Amino acid sequence: MAHKLDIISIRNQFPILHQEVNGKPLIYFDNAATTQKPQSVIDALIKYYSHDNANIHRAAHTLAARSTDMFEDTRKTIQAFINAKEVEECIFTKGVTESINLVAQSWGRKFLNVGDEVIISTMEHHSNIVPWQMICEEKGAILKVIPINNAGELLMDEYDKMLSTKTKMVACVWVSNALGTINPVKNIIEKAHALGAKVLLDGAQACSHLEVDVQDLDCDFLAISSHKLYGPTGVGVLYGKRELLDAMPPYQGGGEMIKEVSFDKTTYNDIPYKFEAGTPNIGDVIAFKYALDFVNEIGKENIATHENELLKHCVDGLLEINQSFTGTSTSLSDRNVMSSGVETQPITLIGTAKEKVSVQSFIINDMHHFDAGMMLDAKGIAVRTGHHCTQPLMNYLGVDGTIRASFSIYNTLEEVDVFLEAVRKLVKR
Amino acid sequence: MKTITDIQNEIIENFELFDGDMESILFYLMDLGKKLPAMPEAHKTEDFIVKGCQSKVWLFPTFVDGKVCFEADSNTEITKGLVYLLVTIWGNQTPKDILNSELFFIEKIGMSRMIGSQRSNGFVSMIKQIKLYALAYKTKL
Repeated sequence: MAHKLDIISIRNQFPILHQEVNGKPLIYFDNAATTQKPQSVIDALIKYYSHDNANIHRAAHTLAARSTDMFEDTRKTIQAFINAKEVEECIFTKGVTESINLVAQSWGRKFLNVGDEVIISTMEHHSNIVPWQMICEEKGAILKVIPINNAGELLMDEYDKMLSTKTKMVACVWVSNALGTINPVKNIIEKAHALGAKVLLDGAQACSHLEVDVQDLDCDFLAISSHKLYGPTGVGVLYGKRELLDAMPPYQGGGEMIKEVSFDKTTYNDIPYKFEAGTPNIGDVIAFKYALDFVNEIGKENIATHENELLKHCVDGLLEINQSFTGTSTSLSDRNVMSSGVETQPITLIGTAKEKVSVQSFIINDMHHFDAGMMLDAKGIAVRTGHHCTQPLMNYLGVDGTIRASFSIYNTLEEVDVFLEAVRKLVKR
Repeated sequence: MKTITDIQNEIIENFELFDGDMESILFYLMDLGKKLPAMPEAHKTEDFIVKGCQSKVWLFPTFVDGKVCFEADSNTEITKGLVYLLVTIWGNQTPKDILNSELFFIEKIGMSRMIGSQRSNGFVSMIKQIKLYALAYKTKL
């Protein structure tokens, strides 16, 4: 059961939030880009470099053993966090982008052939488009794109039509960074598996908001980011099913990933080390555990309840601004009205899917998003403006960018009120 | 005639009235942008665009009586205000004076972030582009 959280005590764990920007208290609404870090994560980094720093999995000395244990502790924590069957199925990478590139390059090189098909969606981040374009071009495979409706939801009928025995991989974002849409990934996976295709989920946005159970989802790969999950930058995880990871060739060569090296032949280590060439980002991986502990302690259900409340308050407030100006309200699904020239509402919401996380994109119809972002920053409010690394999606929506407010566990309803007042002032100007 | 330094000092003095209040500074910049003479659409071509990730700037130079002049525009209001200031400072000056000048007003009016965010902002590229035009005209002389 979700219970009412003490947001103030949660906020107090985040030192960065307690500052002024442009003379105003900082309101950080750019959580979809990166979340802030609790003190426990910051302390873990300081402790690691002050007390425990050593290279892992190698030397016989005490510090090395300590570092190795802590590094592997994070692996066990992430295994539990996503309910992976085996701890070896969790590979540390430098982020979601590297996780996806690893699969595209290693799995793709071995298993994709001329004429095979890879399916992605219209709402992918560039990091789940470009790696597939690269490998498809190299292997003569075909990239197909699931279209979306005006609310920003996948057209599942079109997906059904697209799937065939030629489909080898479906690489799909679980939660859209630009729109907040939660995609029906379980359904996507079931349908792909029925035709023998593998599924990779881009979990960059999903993992901080939603319960993750890779065994229940039955996904073949899941890419996870630490820095969007209250952890340090430069750390990610690739979850993959053992049989797939075992069958895949190494992604990079170097230390750690080998069993025996001679100038004639090298034999490779077992997973996860086969995919962790070179000295990894030890300190940040160790600190990542504390971020996962932070999330576990609050509980995903409680996080979702609070964040959904913030989102609803924001959306209601934006629609109320429209109503106060015109007596009606606009959402993306009314864009046909807009394009016919009836641009009476000052704000257009972009991304109005039924299932969403706490992300709201919008445009102010007579103001460039860059100006809006600068004006909000002048009031100490950090939002993201631009195309959010989803240019094909922006092209589809017919906008060159949006203003995106994305909420996290440490944000408050009062902050949303300040934000709405600032937006109202921009609209009125 | 006012020098490039004189004009910059005047601008800084005007902005001092806002006492660092960023919101007022941005509103003022937006108002300044409106003073920029309309740029003929015919001159807003690919050859004369200075692209940033978010804001675009168009810059069309002319060279009359040994002085460089600019028609300019931007798709964002704040950038347009800065473009107006830049054209006020560097417009109607000789290539030599442009090349020898240092821009110090941007930092002084609290907008140094516009220089840092090179990727998102066409303004930085615009500064470089003006110097390149000045160099080209100087070579012509």
